[in-house]
Amino acid sequence: MDRIPILKLGSTLIVTIQVDMHDRLALALEEDLTAMIARTGARGVLIEISALEIVDSFIGRMLVSIAAVSRVLDAETVLAGMRPAVAITLVELGLELTGIRTALNVERGMALLKARLPEDGARDGSDRDGLED
Amino acid sequence: MPMDGAEVLKRTLTEDEAAILEAWSISLREGTSLQSGRIREAELQTQAKAVFGQLRDGLSSGGVDADAESYTPLRENLADISRSRAIQGFTPTDTANFVFSLKEPIFEALRRRSAADASALAAGVWAAGKVLDRLGLLTMEVFLASREEVIGRQGQEIAELSTPVVRLWDGILALPLIGTLDSARTGVVMENLLQAIVDEEAEIAIIDITGVPTVDTLVAQHLLKTVAAARLMGADCIVSGIRPQIAQTMVHLGVELNVISKATLADAFALALRRTGRKVVRQQAAEERR
Repeated sequence: MDRIPILKLGSTLIVTIQVDMHDRLALALEEDLTAMIARTGARGVLIEISALEIVDSFIGRMLVSIAAVSRVLDAETVLAGMRPAVAITLVELGLELTGIRTALNVERGMALLKARLPEDGARDGSDRDGLED
Repeated sequence: MPMDGAEVLKRTLTEDEAAILEAWSISLREGTSLQSGRIREAELQTQAKAVFGQLRDGLSSGGVDADAESYTPLRENLADISRSRAIQGFTPTDTANFVFSLKEPIFEALRRRSAADASALAAGVWAAGKVLDRLGLLTMEVFLASREEVIGRQGQEIAELSTPVVRLWDGILALPLIGTLDSARTGVVMENLLQAIVDEEAEIAIIDITGVPTVDTLVAQHLLKTVAAARLMGADCIVSGIRPQIAQTMVHLGVELNVISKATLADAFALALRRTGRKVVRQQAAEERR
């Protein structure tokens, strides 16, 4: 079965989704990512979805749950490069992905994660306050 | 029917053309369309003469069925007249009266010709009534269709005009909303904004609702949707320009906008600049400090 590769860069894990997500793939990704965070002690997860054209409620929910699991393991999730059409679809589906940070592109996403890294423990709204709830 | 109404009508129209046209033009002159100054008398007379001629032609081969092929030139001419009146802003009454005011002169002429023959008179009146009513209805249909076309076009123009996305600074966009937000417009607004966020690589989008007359639960929901979609793209939204009365109404209605909001666009812009690590200073003061 296909698996989505997870890259490790410093204390950040990077996932780029370049194929159409199907349910099995999403479940596998969650599992792999969780195991990887636990193994490497990563502090940040960057999911790049600029190639993702189709989302449904299940994929949306998987993204939320990946973020929630990562947070339990003390890693922040940033979703980068969402397409306008995907954003509209998610909002229309009522999935506003609360609790997940978003960034326009990978560069900004990495900046967001980096800004948080040096301050161990201070994870509540150190930057860009008030928008993540 | 002992007497052919179409035949009676045709004969009357041919033989009494001058008298009928004269009476019709008098009645048109008295009508309100001339007094409103939207059309000149000469133009009205020309139209009347053309319509009369076409009516006679239609009648001579098509009987009293105004939908018949022989009436096609007349129908097209009337449609043109009606369309131009709709655009010029005539009232529906004025437009319909153009045709209906022909009734009286024709009835009068019929009465003069067939006063002795009651059945011929009745048949002629019935034929004239049938044709003119159908033509009157046709003018109304075209009138309404043209009006709707105008309204539709205006609606489209307003929608296009009222959803601009403005670039205020590097990475700061403003979306001044004007007019009521319904779901169709929200869709357009959202698409424009998100596309602009991608194109400009914007970090912050300011949604200014100074021009939104009322904010009810539905509008608030549309706003929140737009904000949520922008957030998913990785841009923050600031809502600005909520007028005092609207703020009160919103609180009384229990509408909650869980977004950053500022009273004016200027405040929102200042916040956006601060967020992106910029500051506006007065030049003089900055020089003195050196």
